[in-house]
Amino acid sequence: MTTTKSKTVYTPVFTDGAEYRIPTFKLLKQDGSLYKGGKAPDIDKEKALRIYHAMVTTRVLDERMLGAQRQGRLSFYMQCTGEEASVIGSTAALDDADMIMGQYREQGALAYRGFTIDEFMNQLFGNEKDYGKGRQMPVHYGSSKLNYMTISSPLATQIPQATGYAYGQKMAGEGHCTIVYFGEGAASEGDFHAGLNMAAVHRVPAIFFCRNNGYAISTPADEQFAADGIAPRGYGYKMDTIRVDGNDILAVYQATEAARKLAVEENRPVLIEAMSYRLAAHSSSDDPSGYRSKDEEAVWREKDPILRMQNWITKKKWWSEGEEKELQERLRREVLETMKRAQKLPPPPLETLVTDVYDEVPPLLNAQFEKLKAHIRKYPDEYPKSAIHVQGGA
Amino acid sequence: MAKMNMLQAINNALDLAMAANDKVLCFGEDVGIFGGVFRATSNLQQKYGKGRCFNTPLVEQGIIGFANGLAAQGSFPVAEIQFADYIFPAFDQIVNESAKFRYRSGNLFNVGNMTIRTPYGGGIAGGLYHSQSPEAYFAHTPGLKIVVPRNPHQAKGLLLASINDPNPTLFFEPKRLYRASVGEVPEGEYQLPLGEAEVLKEGTDVTVLGWGAQMEVIDKAVEMAEKEGFSCEVIDLRTILPWDVETVAESVLKTGRLVITHEAPLTGGFAGEIAATIQERCFLYLESPIARVTGMDTPFPLVLEKEHFPNHLKVYEAIRESVEF
Repeated sequence: MTTTKSKTVYTPVFTDGAEYRIPTFKLLKQDGSLYKGGKAPDIDKEKALRIYHAMVTTRVLDERMLGAQRQGRLSFYMQCTGEEASVIGSTAALDDADMIMGQYREQGALAYRGFTIDEFMNQLFGNEKDYGKGRQMPVHYGSSKLNYMTISSPLATQIPQATGYAYGQKMAGEGHCTIVYFGEGAASEGDFHAGLNMAAVHRVPAIFFCRNNGYAISTPADEQFAADGIAPRGYGYKMDTIRVDGNDILAVYQATEAARKLAVEENRPVLIEAMSYRLAAHSSSDDPSGYRSKDEEAVWREKDPILRMQNWITKKKWWSEGEEKELQERLRREVLETMKRAQKLPPPPLETLVTDVYDEVPPLLNAQFEKLKAHIRKYPDEYPKSAIHVQGGA
Repeated sequence: MAKMNMLQAINNALDLAMAANDKVLCFGEDVGIFGGVFRATSNLQQKYGKGRCFNTPLVEQGIIGFANGLAAQGSFPVAEIQFADYIFPAFDQIVNESAKFRYRSGNLFNVGNMTIRTPYGGGIAGGLYHSQSPEAYFAHTPGLKIVVPRNPHQAKGLLLASINDPNPTLFFEPKRLYRASVGEVPEGEYQLPLGEAEVLKEGTDVTVLGWGAQMEVIDKAVEMAEKEGFSCEVIDLRTILPWDVETVAESVLKTGRLVITHEAPLTGGFAGEIAATIQERCFLYLESPIARVTGMDTPFPLVLEKEHFPNHLKVYEAIRESVEF
């Protein structure tokens, strides 16, 4: 059976889709005023300040922890700098019970949902209080109570998983959806296609949120795809698609709020492409001076999403210079104090090496573990992190 | 001769291969102007142009599928997968395509010109997804060659041999040694043989076998063991597939004992295959059970990486137990 409803033509006609230029949705100017014709979403003072607090928390945490990495206190770090509005604006438009599946640069979503500085630090330092039990590199956060799936480093694997998770939510019928974040580089992976196509076919309540930040490590977007961004791919899947200014918190919020309605009320998955810029390096292991200019970065620094939000709430008389200073100082202090505390906590106990591979430790692995313990007892000085756990008894 | 670290030796090999043959192309994620995240392809785009050294979109299955096509056409693709942990989206292209291209077509077509370079291994605080040693998955695939160098000199000679070998070759680079391993490397072109293990040190009590970054671990363990009076024969397998049974068997017939070490987990690791073959070949000569010192049967951890790792102390203990059995 053919499923195409196209009309017939009698000369060869090619199309590259150029006639479908997808517009960019904007609401907020850099000075905090609205574009003509735009209407701010329904965000009250309390919500606005919750969003702003999460944005500043993310920025302060990122600055401080990159510094800690440079000082050698931390092995690795990734900043969200420049993309706070994309991540936090979209998360804020959801219900807190909706599922979030991130790529790795979405710490702002966790900050918005109430992940504490302690919780961030425990993961970053892989101490005994890290929910992930010190197994993953820094920034691979997860929180079941905040509905934030633990981060996995391989790119785009979360996209078809989001489709499956959302299908389960649809079957459960409780009115929840899943948002899945990924970069424009990750969208090149086969998993992107699999995830979006299956979502459209099975009509799942999922929001595919592409953070188009211009770079996949060193690879600029124009070496990643020939098309006009990621959004046009949505048409190919017959998916509701929108492109939004990713540095515009109000536009991101409004677009995601509308997307959530489509997803939850009509089981229509949505693709959102947020246009932004990765102001920081890809990670603490990367040096952007090898592939882009300071001038290019400066253009985007002028479009700082946090400053834009600050200008809006200041215009609304919800925020003052004094409050800004107080918040910045308080967060900096809290981050520093918490870091010192988290760094001093011991690593996870030795048995976390072998637990959670399966629901129970299988006999062969258990035998390996017993052998390891005997080995550590023989060379306790060589294993300072775990020798304490094997003292006494065979 | 020049002093090079492993990255410089690899970069030098790629440079020579591209200079010698216009059909050699280097590509992968970030390998273009940036020269790769480890800088193994530094300056190749500047020297040979965007047509021969270039960034690809971020899609491993695409990179290897593209390489298969290029190789079938007659080019010499040298594809980089940024970390061996990220090779799995390309598993189908490697296992079902690269490895079977020649066989399924009755040798009408082949992709023997292709080489896949990828950094592997732990010890860099990389956690689950920047530490794996996936060689055994591929060792279960007839049609592939799998090569792992231990130092800069070996890396250059084996990489040039891999590029020129008429079979699809997976070249696993021990990233822990990229900058840490420095040595004298001939500046001109040379190739080291694939499929041949190398006896690095002769001994009489026990054969100690490994590959890649584990050779450094073996060196330290053997140093400890020799102080105890154990005479160790050290072998670098170098090529995992097809592997050099003769050299290993000959050594074990002499020493009567074998310790094999790799970073990958024990179960299904390549040491199991070696142990099975060697006990067939050397059964009546064995003085002790063949020992395997490997990563544990868990994903690769982060904070407890040292505990998980088959370090020199564990290898030393296995040598001692083997000799004192």
